[in-house]
Formats: sequence, C-alpha cells, structure tokens
Amino acid sequence: MNGFGGFLLRRAAGTLITLLAVSVLVYVVFYATPGNVAQITCGPRCSPEQVHQVAAQLRLDDPLYLRYFHFLQGLFVGQDYSTGTSVEHCAAPCLGLSYQSDQQVLTLLLAKLPVSLSLVAGAMVLWLVIGVGTGVLSAWRRGRLSERVLTVLTLAGWATPVFVLGLVLMIVVCGELQLLPFPQYVRFGDDPEQWAWNLLLPWLSLALIEAAAFARLTRSAMLETLAEDHIRTFRAYGVGERAIVGRHALRGALAPVIALNANNVGSAIGGAVLTETLFGLPGIGQELVHAVKVVDLPVVVGMVLVVAFFVVIANAVADVLYALADRRVVLA
Amino acid sequence: MSLVEVTDLTVEFGALHAVDGLSFTLEKGAALALVGESGSGKSTVAGALLGLHRDTGARVGGSVLVAGTDVTAASDAELRGLRGAKAAMVFQDPLSSLDPYYAVGDQIAEVYRVHTRASRRAARARAVEVLDRVGIPDAARRARSRPHEFSGGMRQRALIAMALACEPELLIADEPTTALDVTVQAQILDLLHTLRQENGLGLLLVTHDVGVAAESADDVLVMRHGRAVEHGPLRRVLAAPEQPYTRELLASVPRVDAPRTAPAEEAGETVLEAVGLRREFGRGRRAFTAVDDVSLTLRRGETLGIVGESGSGKTTLGRMLVGLLEPTSGTIRYDGRAHSGVDPSVQMVFQDPASSLNPRRTVGESIADPLRAKGGQDDRAVRERVTGLLERVGLEAAHHDRYPHEFSGGQRQRIGIARALAADPRVIVCDEPVSALDVTTQAQVVALLDELRRELGLALVFVAHDLAVVRQVSDRVAVMRRGQVVETGPVDEVYENPRDPYTRQLLAAVPALDPEVAARRRAARREPAPA
Repeated sequence: MNGFGGFLLRRAAGTLITLLAVSVLVYVVFYATPGNVAQITCGPRCSPEQVHQVAAQLRLDDPLYLRYFHFLQGLFVGQDYSTGTSVEHCAAPCLGLSYQSDQQVLTLLLAKLPVSLSLVAGAMVLWLVIGVGTGVLSAWRRGRLSERVLTVLTLAGWATPVFVLGLVLMIVVCGELQLLPFPQYVRFGDDPEQWAWNLLLPWLSLALIEAAAFARLTRSAMLETLAEDHIRTFRAYGVGERAIVGRHALRGALAPVIALNANNVGSAIGGAVLTETLFGLPGIGQELVHAVKVVDLPVVVGMVLVVAFFVVIANAVADVLYALADRRVVLA
Repeated sequence: MSLVEVTDLTVEFGALHAVDGLSFTLEKGAALALVGESGSGKSTVAGALLGLHRDTGARVGGSVLVAGTDVTAASDAELRGLRGAKAAMVFQDPLSSLDPYYAVGDQIAEVYRVHTRASRRAARARAVEVLDRVGIPDAARRARSRPHEFSGGMRQRALIAMALACEPELLIADEPTTALDVTVQAQILDLLHTLRQENGLGLLLVTHDVGVAAESADDVLVMRHGRAVEHGPLRRVLAAPEQPYTRELLASVPRVDAPRTAPAEEAGETVLEAVGLRREFGRGRRAFTAVDDVSLTLRRGETLGIVGESGSGKTTLGRMLVGLLEPTSGTIRYDGRAHSGVDPSVQMVFQDPASSLNPRRTVGESIADPLRAKGGQDDRAVRERVTGLLERVGLEAAHHDRYPHEFSGGQRQRIGIARALAADPRVIVCDEPVSALDVTTQAQVVALLDELRRELGLALVFVAHDLAVVRQVSDRVAVMRRGQVVETGPVDEVYENPRDPYTRQLLAAVPALDPEVAARRRAARREPAPA
C-alpha cells in the first residue's frame, strides 16, 4: 500500500501545481489586457474619482507579478480594501470585489454554487446510470434488435440540443400532463423533497443528452474488452455471458468512463448555461454569462478560477479512481 | 467410451476451410499432440472441442464428443457444464489470458463456483489448494496478487491451476509454452507430465514445436491445411515418418545436438569490436543495467551467435552494436575506428518483418531507402539495384511494386534482408530473425543468411533465444544472462562441453526430439538445478 500512498502524494502535488498554473493564466489573460483596467473593472457609470480609487485598490501602479502575488495573498490570507472613508475586509479565500454590484465575488459565488452543484450532482447520477446501463445493455445484446433500437435512441439523444429536450419535457410533463409544477429552484436546506422534484426535469434534460455519449463510450469500450484474450478464457471455463459482461468486460471499460465523467462534471458546473437559463436556475453558468456581458472583471476571473478548480479536482479524483480500478496505474 | 471422439470435423470461416474432415480419438489418460505450422488449423480444432466457435460466424460440421457431451448438439447450458468442469483449456499467452483487474485466486475461485456452487470461502480455499498444487510458492498469499505481479512462468502455472480447479478429465493446452523461456518451458512441461501421471488427466497438446510434442505426448497428429497428414504413435512418427510433409517438417527442425552443417569459413580481419559495453535504463532507484560490461569481437566471414533468455540483454546489445542505442559506457570500433551512431556498413534485420516494414509503401521503395539516403544514383539505377537485391534474396523482380501485406512471413523477412543488404554492409546484426517463422520457412531463411555470409564475406551477429537455431548458424557463440556474457567460445565446444552451470541448465532444458532422451532429461531436471 506504500506505493499507493506515494501515488496519492504525487497526484496531490500535481493538482496543486496545475491549479497555480491555471490561476496565473487566468489572471494574466484578464488583467494584462490592453485598455483601462480600472475603468473596465469599475464599470461604465463610475466617476473619475471612483476609477481612481479602484486603480489604487487594484495596485495598478505595481508590476503585474506583484499584483498577482497580492491576488494570491488575498486567496490564502484575505485582504483589506480601503474605500477612502472605511476599510472593507475580504476574508480568505478572497476572490476580490465586484465594484459593479458592490459585493465580494465570493459572496456572489457562494449564492450560485449550490444551485450548480445540485444540478450537476443529480444529473451525474442519472447520466451514469442511464448511459452506462444503456452501454452495457447494448454490448450484451450486440447484433440483436434491442441493440439497434438502443443505438438509434442514443444517436437521437446525442443529436438533440438541450434546450429542445428541456422545452419538450417542460411542455409535456408540466404543461400537458401536469405531473409536476414548472421548475423553480428550492434550496436543499429548506425542503429536500421539493428540491428534488423541482430539479427533476433539469436533471433529466441535462443527463439524457450526456448519457448518450456515455452509452456510446461504454459500448465501444466493452466491445473492445470483450474481444480480449482473458474474456475467451472465462468463456472457455463455462462462465455465463452475464458474468462475463457484467464483471469482466465492464471492469475493463470503467477507465474511459471515469475519465469522461471527470471532464463532464467539471465543465457542467460552469457550462450548463442553457439548462440553467431554460429552467430559471440561478447557477454559476448564468452568472458567468452575465458577468461577461457587463464586463465585471473580478467576477469573471473569480468564476473562471472556481470552475477551473472544479475541473482540475474532478480530474484528480478521476485519476485516483482510475488507480483504484487498475492498480497497474500506480506502478507507471 | 473414448474421452474425445472427433469424426469428420470441418470448421469454415467464410470461404476458408480451417479444418477439413478431421477425425481422431483420445483415450482417457492418454496424450495426443496436434502438430502443425501456422494456419494448419490445429488451434481451431482445440477450440472446437469446447464449442468455442459457437456464435462466432464459423460453420462447424461433423461430430465432436468430449467426455460424453456431444459438443456440436449440446445446449448452451450443457456446453458451459462441459467447459472448465470436464475439459479445461490452457492458452498460449498467460498474461493476456487472465483478467488484469482481479486477483489470480479470485479468478480461479470464480470458475470453481460456476461449476460447484461452493461458498466463496470454500472456493478461495480451493484456489489456494490448486495454486499450491502447480508449485506457486506461498500460494495463500500469492492468490491475492494480480496477474501483472506474476512472472511469465507463474502466470502459466496459475492458468494450469485454474484448469485443475474442477478436476477435469481432459486438459487442452494450446501452445502452452510458446511465450515462455526455454528453462521455464521445461518446468511447465514437467508439471504437465506430473499432473498426467498423478491425476490421470487426458492431454490434447497443440503445438508448432515438435520438440515440445516429443516431451509430452504418446501419439502425434501432424496437420497441414486443415487435414491430418500423419497420425500415429509419437515414437514411430519421429523415427520413421511415412509422409513426405512429415519428413520435411522433421528435417527442418533445428537440432541442438547436431553439429553445424554449413562449412566453416576462414575468418578474416576484425570488422567490429566492442569493449566494456554497458547500458542502463532508468534513473535512481529504478535504474536497471540491461547490458553489463560486455566485450566481443567479430571477424569478417563469421557468424557470432548471441543466445539468452528474455531480459538477458541480448536485444539491447544488438541495438548498441548497430548504433541504434548509445552505450552508457564502453566503446564500439568498426574496422578499428571508434564509432558512435548508425553507419551504413553495419545493418540490422529485425524480428517481426511485418511491423518493421512500412505497410503504406511498396517493398521496392523500402529497400531503396538506404540507396537514396546515400544519394548519387538516378531512379533507373536504384530500381535496377533493388531488383537485383530482390532476386538475390530469392524473390522476383515483379515483387518490386507490391506491398508488405501481399507477402508471407518468410518472404517479408527476405525483404528485410534485402533492405539490410542495400547499403553494402560489412556486418549485419539479426535480432531474432526467424523466431516469428514456421520451421520450414525458418530453415530457408537461415540457409539464405548463411549463403549471403559466404558469398559476400559478411560478418553476422545472430541474436536469438532458440539454442538449436543458434547452433545451426553460428561459428562462435556468446551465452548471455542478466546483461553479462557468462560463456563464449566456438559453437561446438560450448554446446558439447559447457563450462558455465547456466549454459548447462539452458541446454538441459531444450526439448529433445527423442522421447527416451526427453525422459532421461526430465529425470535429471528433478535434481536441484544450479543457481
């Protein structure tokens, strides 16, 4: 197990370095852009005095690397923003201030994050169950009618835009059949049952489309494994097809599924804009689009960093799962 | 009733008749070897005994009775009841034949539970028991290891343990030792022999290696193009083959105990010299010395054989000699000059002719590469030279514009040799040049190399794991183990009077073509081997 501990340590170090590199990149891309950064950050309705104050708070006179270190310092120990008359403390992890909405970026973020996490967590469970299940089934029933039907459904799912599927679901389930009320975000802490009922349609419409990719990936990975020599061994020893597909072939197909899932989870946290907009979910995706539209730089930088954080963490978790699924990874 | 009764078996894959009207029987406790070259249909027969061609699109005709089960007519459930329980199969490549994700013991336990409905605990205990039976040391602990943590020989033992788990009456072994080193091969063959004696197992052994058959079987069935060529008691077939093909096959098998047939040349001046060659891979704690202080000389007109088991460093040494790998330390001299990097005068022929030729280019273009690299020749001259080379290695001018996949394995190796000759080399390093080829083809390629050596005054380095082939082609031989040369000298001297204990151990492990000798050697191997 010593080898596995070492592997975890190496992986954690790699994750940390990646996160730092991402933060440098994001910071430089947004703050080293040409133009009056203070004016852009403050917003179009700012008076010259306010712009001046923002420039001071952003320390625009300092060289870029010092500003970046200052930003990092804010992340780890917090920092104070002087507004001339009072001092506003931004506790760690401080992502900066949004001058346009007059709020700390972190506060904004914390209001949106639970929505996005709720959406993605539920959808992930669904897309894994539906996608991997469909993939296993179509690998098992390969060449038969049921597989062909599944393939057509999968392709249809893949080709459907999320807003079409979401709209159709809403019209049918909420409008025609009146099985559910039109979705409205309810916080988990307030009423878990209503939380789930209201998120059911967003989960379904996001998951069904992602599930199509998982179904295809699972199917092809399983067919590949099924062609390997060790599958032949177990057939030659009288092991039933169900155990061969479910135990041996699925195990071999897990690695690519884990990798794809990490990518999807990471990007859906900041990227499920369409689903969020369609169902009126005030998540990170929507907020990010809004911030980009009004050029609220601190919010954009903060959100992009947080989304990147989730992508990197999701991939690190995937690597560890990967190693648990296949111990040979640890040796490499 | 016989253990196996095969009557008029045919197996067709599309238009290919893989097996064509084959009949044989195998009595309880007896051993039959199916011997043939690649494409003879021998493995297809092995699969047919367990009904493995069902649902694969192959058409199977005739009747196959195994341990009382009519394989061609049985239901899927009856077939599963046969597989593993009454007849169990051992495959060629023990690494890919086990599931990489599960512990070895668990895989054996799974098979045991399919057939016995035993509890998990009882199945695990059984797995440990059979692993111990096949000689896995510390079986209770090693049962929890995954296949990649086992050596090649241990993996094959584990597969045999899986086969034994349900105490079958028939063991089908499809090239069980082909992927293994010769000393490990001897251990596995000895194990199969012991199991037959002690458990009364019937054995159907599929092999391309007549020596392996001679070690293990009572009867032999020689196959070619899906048909039986000759079938009879092993002793009789080996001593007095009746069919011309059997005679040709036996004549092609290189003998480790026969002196070299080709006339020895008067060796000329030294063309290649290596002094204190050493090569490491990896760094720090993972550093591994593949070749450790090897010195050798090669003279014009002679063949130096380098023989060793996998991991002995022979391929690394070969690559350093042609300059494909830089030595970590030591020097290589061509014609007395210190040298590094590749040089036209030292060429290489690779093991796998299929993957060492670019599949998207015609063979003529591949052979012309060294000529074009040298430059100074127009297209017509290059084409003429390539055509000459093709004819020189026994191919035809018309082959110039064909692609590698249109050729057989032996022809592809000839193309590889032609490409090596194109640069007018003085030395050719051949890395396992014939180990991917059937014995009859092997003999032809070996003869070609020998002819080229004599006519062109080439010096050859012949790297191989096959002791018999090395004896056939070499003037001098170097035996490698763990990166070092343990013994070197004139080939007959080393083979007749090996001084190093490891050389003796290697030679004792080579399967003998004579069953009597094989039995004597097997008894000798039971004595503790030198470390």
